[in-house]
Amino acid sequence: MIGNLPFVAAMVLVVLGLWTLMTRRNLIKLVVGIVLIENGVNLLLVSLGYVRGGVAPIYTYAPEGTPVDIPMVMPTPQALTLTSIVIGVATTALLLTLAVLIHRHRGTLDVRKIRELRG
Amino acid sequence: MRWLRIAALLVVFGFLLGAAVWMRPFGEPLATGMDDHFIERSQEEVSANNTVTAVLFDYRGFDTLGEATVLFCAVLGVALVLRRWAR
Amino acid sequence: MSVVVRTVARLLLAPVAIFGAYVVMHGHLTPGGGFQGGAVIASAIALVVVAFGAQRLRKQKKTLSVLEDVGATAFAVLAFLGIGVTFFYNALAGTGGLFGQTVPIGPNPGALNTGGLLPLMNWAVGLKVLAGLGSMVLLLGLLGGDDDR
Repeated sequence: MIGNLPFVAAMVLVVLGLWTLMTRRNLIKLVVGIVLIENGVNLLLVSLGYVRGGVAPIYTYAPEGTPVDIPMVMPTPQALTLTSIVIGVATTALLLTLAVLIHRHRGTLDVRKIRELRG
Repeated sequence: MRWLRIAALLVVFGFLLGAAVWMRPFGEPLATGMDDHFIERSQEEVSANNTVTAVLFDYRGFDTLGEATVLFCAVLGVALVLRRWAR
Repeated sequence: MSVVVRTVARLLLAPVAIFGAYVVMHGHLTPGGGFQGGAVIASAIALVVVAFGAQRLRKQKKTLSVLEDVGATAFAVLAFLGIGVTFFYNALAGTGGLFGQTVPIGPNPGALNTGGLLPLMNWAVGLKVLAGLGSMVLLLGLLGGDDDR
């Protein structure tokens, strides 16, 4: 019914992140771009595992007839997306810490000024 | 230079959009054998109602171990970088 | 922060932490698990850091570090429990002891005493994520100093 709209949404998120990375000069905004690309990839992964008409792969109070009559969505992409989200949070914290370090050392977050003040 | 960047971005966007539109239809996965096995067997093998947790901690525990290692390394990196100011 | 923020933070702190503990504890029955519940409890730590200033929690850095070590070690030890078959084999499932109750096949209401090693691993990973994210938030907050409390 909705066609391939989730895949398209994931690609739009990735392209918005790339656009942010190409046009912005602020380090914090670059981190935001990286997070956008991450979220696009996570959305693509989790939408790849969807089965038409499926319910969540949890048997607690599941509708009668699962998983034979009513399909369940694939659990492996969900588990790996969970792993990917936590790793994304960890790398984002590390990137923000490096941005803070650069701001302490150089007094600016502008990429061009950081490149000019070499040494 | 600026227009070159925008053109490159549009080309990339076109490729990604084409990939998204011409991928297999949404909701019809191709290779579902492994996931069907997990869904059918997780209750008797792991005795867990939540299949995602069963996959995360039992069938694919090594992924979770590596993920925990990455999280530990990230905390270590943050503490290492900020140790001078945050004491 | 202002008195409004501090009062709301005092009111919200316990419910947020308890909800995180609930999500961790029922990770093998309902949506959720160690990662999500640990992140919820870490958001309680972030609430304290934002509302009361990070200096209030400065002494807890050592506690969070110990918690993270305990979580990581418990995860590895629980994985080694099934080394008789394979690494990460669920040695407790279906044995009838702790968390060893068998579940009926198909949709069921769910019992807390099932899952074998999964609830214990959920707690280990929950501790690890809570300590990891909490200490990261705490370190980034300690950087700001006292002026913006």
